[in-house]
Amino acid sequence: MREMIRLFLVIFLFSCVSGGLLAVVRSGTQERIEYQQLKFVKGPTIKEIMEGCSNDPLSDRFKIMDGDKEISFFVGEFDGKRSVVAFESFGKGFGGDIGVIIAVNLETDEIIGIGVTTHSETPGLGSRAKSEPDLSSQFKGLSIKDPFKVTADGGKIDSISGATITSRGVCGAVVTSASIYERLKNDILKKIKA
Amino acid sequence: MAKTVVQEFTKGLWAEIPPFRLVLGLCPVLAVTKTVENGVGMGIATTFVLVCSNILISLLRNVIPKNVRIACFIVVIATFVIVVELVMQAFAYPLFLKLGIFIPLIVVNCIVLGRAEAFAAKNGVVSSFADGLGIGIGFTLSLTALSIFREVLGSGTFTIPISSVSVPVFGPSFQPFNFLVEAPGAFVCLGLMLCVMNMLGKK
Repeated sequence: MREMIRLFLVIFLFSCVSGGLLAVVRSGTQERIEYQQLKFVKGPTIKEIMEGCSNDPLSDRFKIMDGDKEISFFVGEFDGKRSVVAFESFGKGFGGDIGVIIAVNLETDEIIGIGVTTHSETPGLGSRAKSEPDLSSQFKGLSIKDPFKVTADGGKIDSISGATITSRGVCGAVVTSASIYERLKNDILKKIKA
Repeated sequence: MAKTVVQEFTKGLWAEIPPFRLVLGLCPVLAVTKTVENGVGMGIATTFVLVCSNILISLLRNVIPKNVRIACFIVVIATFVIVVELVMQAFAYPLFLKLGIFIPLIVVNCIVLGRAEAFAAKNGVVSSFADGLGIGIGFTLSLTALSIFREVLGSGTFTIPISSVSVPVFGPSFQPFNFLVEAPGAFVCLGLMLCVMNMLGKK
């Protein structure tokens, strides 16, 4: 019996020390890992749509709680003013959620650009929403208050041929972004000034 | 017969070089050696785990009860593997994406557990350190050699570690020998290299 307890205690202690050590390493690397994930997963898209900004949007970021969801906002500096924010939202596509990053000018409510980050659409059809600029470039310069619909639904966004559902999903993501933007605009402005 | 520390170190570089002489831990060897960068990265990660777990297990060898030793070894090894995983995510994220599942799988790499059980549990700290370092460097060298062979002939490129730049080795008319980048190609390469090593070792 005593031998059993000894074995139990040894393994117990080992696990405690190991758990503690890992917690330390994790909290030490967490921030850097988050940054690396941003840099290699969302980074290229953010850089692309915020072309010409004079800061690093990936490190100039903040978070706002939207209900129970936390959304990251990336700030872009243009002509010396921190006037653009970019954030990600999701729309329902053909093969699952489509992640879309949208950059909006806070002064004019104008869309600077959008880009697809993650998707699981059909390669060669829906995947062109990410690989080709035909769809995403149509959003450039529009006001975020516009209704975003594809032409098949009576809107003015030309969908990618053969991928109407994907195009609809991207529009849906932009509509979601617009409602998030409207809800949180005051908080965003407060955070940017701070 | 007691060996010197230097002998413990050098045996990992030729006499017991994994995976050629200790034919252990073949899973990552076959899977990750498609490019030189992956091979070197995997080798370094394994070396770190091997050295750290050897030192710690040898320090604790009189504390660990015999009947639960394997469980204790695994806890020690798994801890270091997760440390490597986190550090790699923080400082070499693209490499982490490429190696993927094979980093957590170092936990069950037979070389690491094998050295812990066969060597570190019975020897002092200094010789365990030398053993771990020797075997680790040997493993890294083997992975590097194998991945150079496979990448240069199989894809016609050479990926410089850290910078991730692929340099074409041959002219544009080179037809890549695709078989070598597949898993069976790795087996054949491994066999051929082992054959050459045995020929050299025979006197």
